[in-house]
Amino acid sequence: MGAQAGLFTSGWRLRNTMDLSKKDMLGIIDLPKDEIDLILDTAESFKEISTRTIKKVPTLRGKTVITLFFEASTRTRTSFEIAAKRLSADTINISASTSSVVKGETLIDTARNLESMNPDIIIIRHSAAGAAHILAGLLKQSIINAGDGAHEHPTQALLDMLTIREKKGTIEGLRIAIVGDIAHSRVARSNIYGLTKMGADVAVCGPAMMMPRDIDQMGVSVYYKMEDAIKDADVVMMLRIQLERQGKNLFPSLREYANLFSLNRDNIRLAKDDVIVMHPGPINRGVEITPEIADGPHSVILEQVTNGVAVRMALLYLLSGGRK
Amino acid sequence: MDAEGIERSLTRIAYEILERNKGTDNLIIIGIRKGGISLAERLREKISAIEGTEIMSGTLDITLYRDDVLTTGKRPAIEKTYIPFPLDHKRVIIVDDVLFTGRTIRAAMDALMDFGRPELIQLAVLIDRGHRELPIRADFIGETLPSSLWENISVNLTDNRDTDEVVIEES
Repeated sequence: MGAQAGLFTSGWRLRNTMDLSKKDMLGIIDLPKDEIDLILDTAESFKEISTRTIKKVPTLRGKTVITLFFEASTRTRTSFEIAAKRLSADTINISASTSSVVKGETLIDTARNLESMNPDIIIIRHSAAGAAHILAGLLKQSIINAGDGAHEHPTQALLDMLTIREKKGTIEGLRIAIVGDIAHSRVARSNIYGLTKMGADVAVCGPAMMMPRDIDQMGVSVYYKMEDAIKDADVVMMLRIQLERQGKNLFPSLREYANLFSLNRDNIRLAKDDVIVMHPGPINRGVEITPEIADGPHSVILEQVTNGVAVRMALLYLLSGGRK
Repeated sequence: MDAEGIERSLTRIAYEILERNKGTDNLIIIGIRKGGISLAERLREKISAIEGTEIMSGTLDITLYRDDVLTTGKRPAIEKTYIPFPLDHKRVIIVDDVLFTGRTIRAAMDALMDFGRPELIQLAVLIDRGHRELPIRADFIGETLPSSLWENISVNLTDNRDTDEVVIEES
């Protein structure tokens, strides 16, 4: 087709073609900045579809998307399912507790069996780090990592970056504070990789026993006091706190944790006036974040959810078909 | 075709649209993707100026409705679709720069049907270069340019309208 437009004023980036270099989305650590930009730009275009009366486009019609969740999740799985359905794909949800895993089938056998049914994309959440990578190496389908242990959760980081970019115009140069159990948080890890790649000044904060040992090599500033971490922050990202991990109590009590590390109407004043407050959900009201902050004017928590569907639609689109 | 020729064609098309539709009631001008957007804007300006009323307009990106969206090696970029009103009972004029195989227009009509049930859809193009692969035709045409399949026709519109041009190249 011979039509090409010349230049005209438009706020949007003009691209002629777009492609991701890998067949899978396993993590942010190896994702180049220009591919992150591509995913975020594409996601913005997909947002509009969810505002239509008929929230569907025929793009992935006839494609099969399988969600394979070995860890419980309603939010992430539903988000992927809505994303696939809005692209007209067929979705199948498999939960570990109801599947053959209970009967002792290994991950690899489960995956090979699925492969033989010819799905197009498999989305996997597993408690073991690297599970998605194993599937990606074995199967020809595109694999999306929906969370592997404490390792990565790339789609969460992407939707967080989209939200920040939308609210602040850019990610570069922003001061972003991530507060919580950094060591056990795949959301923190993926966000750290992504936000530092995009040029933000990232600060992490949490109790010492919740800080990963290699945090010094991750290109972030480390604080053990909220007040220091969130001072002048443009973005504050609170992580869900789980006191019990692998049977060990990491902190004496929720109240003590909340006293030191929760975001409330007093300490939020240390951040910039137009600070945005983020949380991957589900929120522990009164623990890491007070209800008035969670529901207040700085909170963009619900926008994160909306952006989650858009980002997942963008990824499903970009990873589908057309690969030579 | 040069800048003056483009300008005259657009003026004629604007009058034709008004004549065929007997005015601007329920008229919406929607530009397709990249090529049709600035043409749609110019048509909208002209029609508004002639009739003295504002005309509703929108933009449509048809990438997700293409019949080759997942099979072409490199996919075209998705731009924004902006149709902030339902299309029920509206007279939709879709605008594109070059009409060729007709597949873009087929995709555009499928997309528009998801926004409501228009009263009618009419097509305005600057250039009709023939070689239709689907039974699609334009209602308003700037110029019919017979072409060979080895040629590439581009409509280059710029903010400085003096340098608008239609270019035919060997591809």
